[in-house]
This record gives sequence, C-alpha cells and structure tokens, in this order.
Amino acid sequence: MSENESIKISTKNVNLYYGENHALKDINLDIKTNKITAFIGPSGCGKSTFLKSLNRMNDLIPGCRITGQFLLDGEDIYVPGVDTNLLRRRIGMVFQKPNPFPMSIYDNIAYGPRVHGIKGKAKLDRIVEESLIGAAVFDEVKDRLHKSALSLSGGQQQRICIARAIAVQPEVILMDEPTSALDPVSTLKIEELMNTLKEKYTVAIVTHNMQQATRISDYTAFFLVGEMVEYAKTEELFSRPQDKRTEDYITGRFG
Amino acid sequence: MRNSFDHKLIQLNNDLIRMGGMIEEAIASAITALRENDAELARKVVKNDRFVDDEEKNIESQCLSIILREQPVARDLRKVSAALKMVTDMERIADNAADIAEISIIADVSALMHILNEIKTMSEKVITMVSHAVDSFVNTDMQLANDTIKADDEVDELFISIRNKIVQLIKDEACSGDVAVDALMIVKYLERIADHAVNICEWVEFFETGEYKNTQII
Repeated sequence: MSENESIKISTKNVNLYYGENHALKDINLDIKTNKITAFIGPSGCGKSTFLKSLNRMNDLIPGCRITGQFLLDGEDIYVPGVDTNLLRRRIGMVFQKPNPFPMSIYDNIAYGPRVHGIKGKAKLDRIVEESLIGAAVFDEVKDRLHKSALSLSGGQQQRICIARAIAVQPEVILMDEPTSALDPVSTLKIEELMNTLKEKYTVAIVTHNMQQATRISDYTAFFLVGEMVEYAKTEELFSRPQDKRTEDYITGRFG
Repeated sequence: MRNSFDHKLIQLNNDLIRMGGMIEEAIASAITALRENDAELARKVVKNDRFVDDEEKNIESQCLSIILREQPVARDLRKVSAALKMVTDMERIADNAADIAEISIIADVSALMHILNEIKTMSEKVITMVSHAVDSFVNTDMQLANDTIKADDEVDELFISIRNKIVQLIKDEACSGDVAVDALMIVKYLERIADHAVNICEWVEFFETGEYKNTQII
C-alpha cells in the first residue's frame, strides 16, 4: 500500500472487549479517502464489531471496553468531549435490514437535516431531492414522496436509507451487509450506487458475499477471530493472498 | 467443503496430462515417420491432430465452466487461468508436429542422412521439455519449470548447429534446394515447439507466484 492515497480513518492498536471476550485484537488499519474498503471474514470474526466501532455504535453496549486509537482525519474520535451526534453526522451508517422510519419518504430524508437545524422548506426540498438522486432512487419515488417509506420494496427502502444517510452530508458511509436481505437486481443497484457514492464519500462495507467484495471494493481486509489477518488491494488479496489463512478462507477451504 | 470443486481441478489436471501425452506422441511419431520414411505413420499424426484440437476445446470448456460456476480466487484463479493459456501452446505444439509429419511425407530423407541423427537428438530434448513443462504445471514444480526454461538454450544451439550443416549441404550441392528448405523447416518447427514449452513454464510461474515474466499481471 505504497500509493499516495490520503487516509480518512486510521486505527492504531485497537482492542475491543465485550466483558471477558476479546473481540478485536490490535487492529491497525488505514481506510483510504474516496475508496470502498470491504471487511470480510467468517461469522464472529469481529468485522461488524470493527465497523460499528468506527462511529462509536458500540459505546452503549454494557461491558464493552475499547483501547487504542481511531483517528478521523487525524483526530481521535474516542477522546472525551467528542460529540457523538456530530460524529455520526460525519460517519453515517446503513444496516443489513432496511430500517426506514415509519414516516413518509420525504420525512425520512429530511429527518437528519431537521435535527441538525435546517428548517426552510425550499432548502429541505432540495436536500431531499438531491439525496434521493444521489441514492439512485429518486425516479422511482418522486411521485409519492409523501407516502410511507414502508410501502416501498426492500431494495427501494435500502436506497431510502442510503439517501437518509447522505442527506446530512457525511464524509464516511459505513454499510453492514447492506444487500444481504435484497434480491439480485436490488443488490446490483446498490452495488452500482456504491461506485458513484465513493466519488463523494469514503465507504466501508461489511459483506458475507466475497464476490460482492471482489466486485465493488478497492481494498479488502480479512478478519479472523478478532484479528485482522490481511489487508490489501482487493485484486491483490483475491488473486495472490499472502497469508495462508486468507487463502484458505477465500477459496472455501475452511473447516 | 469444496469436494466438487477439487474434483473439477483434478479432472482438469488429468486431462492436461492426457493432452500432454498426445502431443509428446505426435512429436515422436512425426520424427520417426521422417527417419523411417513412413508415410502412413506421418498421415496418422496429421489425422490425429484433430483429437488434440478436441482435447483443447474440452479443457477450455472445463476452465470456463469453473470460472462460471466456482468463481475461483487466489491459487484456484491462477491455476484455471494458467491452464486456459497454456492449452493454446499445447495445441500449437501438436500443429507443429503435424507440420513436421506433412513435410516428412514429401521430403526425400536419403539426402538428409548426415543430420537425421542430430534431428532425432533435438527432437528428444524437445519432447522432454514438453513433458517437463506439463508435469511442472500438474505437480506445481517450479524447479522443473525453471530447468525446462533453461533447457531451451540447448535446443537453440542444436538448431543453429543443424542449420549450419544444412547451409553446408547447400554449398556442397549435396542436396536439392527443396530438401534443404524442408529440413530447415523441420528443425525450425522443433525449435518453435521448445518455445511453446517455455511459454507453458512461464504460466507455471504465474500459477505459483502470480507473476508472469516477472510482472504482476493481476
């Protein structure tokens, strides 16, 4: 990884414990700006835990203890005094199951901007439209913006969630298996969308689908029982992995 | 966990070994046909080239099917893509053997007595190179692949030596122009076959290291 690419998030010696369970072990990883970084590994390897710790979603879990540093543009996001609301505005998240709020499509998208103090209708209209366009779902919903978001298909709901995430103009978008509940066509739409999203945002994605990681990501990190075993350019990792454990996992030789 | 995939890779190996055997036999028979003026054997080599073509298609089809169904990565990806590339060289080798056989049908070998033994020696080295090239892939034997690449120098030297003798035959007016050209083509085909064996070994290197001719191609 010698290229002159800038680093958006850098983690240094990160260890995370759920009580006695040492869930992340000395993770040192640099997430590059405007790239898609995929986290892969078997269930329970720590990849989702790591993703969630990037915008402090683990803070509230009882018994969770984190050491090490998470630097966002060089600044530690875990030091006292960091406003987690502001942090999550900068680092948005999209979950496995589409989870639109039980309100209209428009209000779903306008929710974040409103929370952050934007009130003018014209301005909100513009944000809603731009966000829906940015999430490649505008044409499908423009005639029913005031209908419930729950009336949409799963794939559309997921893109509404992406639109909701980008409405607050984040810098990083975290995605936790964003297509695992979707059919192939919706999956393809989200994957296409991710390629345009990375022009503006830095994207980190957890996926169980290795073909998906191969298709969409620029970098891939392989996790195994809390360790980050290997991190490399995606083509490199999937064509000539350096660690035998990576080779065994991606070629299906595990177990 | 991946029994079916492993089975497909074993099948691929077995078919490459079989095709390797076919092309080695084609070269040996072409040279025997030349030395013994056996037109029937020569025609058989030409005719059998069709079966090598079929084997090439069979192996290509297996590779494409594996890519489609298994979406191979890492070593598996390198193995399947290397097989897909080297099978082309193997097919060319059989074409060159058939070319030699065709020439042997019309060439008047009596005038070539001086050099037939050297052609035989050259053909034996070439066959060994082909055999080792395929073996090095099937057994993932980098050492054998490297040795085979080095052996090409000996074949090149033999080519130059025989070529010079043919030139001498022409100077001495010891053979007709036709025979001289035929003989030169035969040794040139042998020399080409050795180059194809080297190409195969370069794909073995890619399979083993991910580097093709010292360059990362993926």
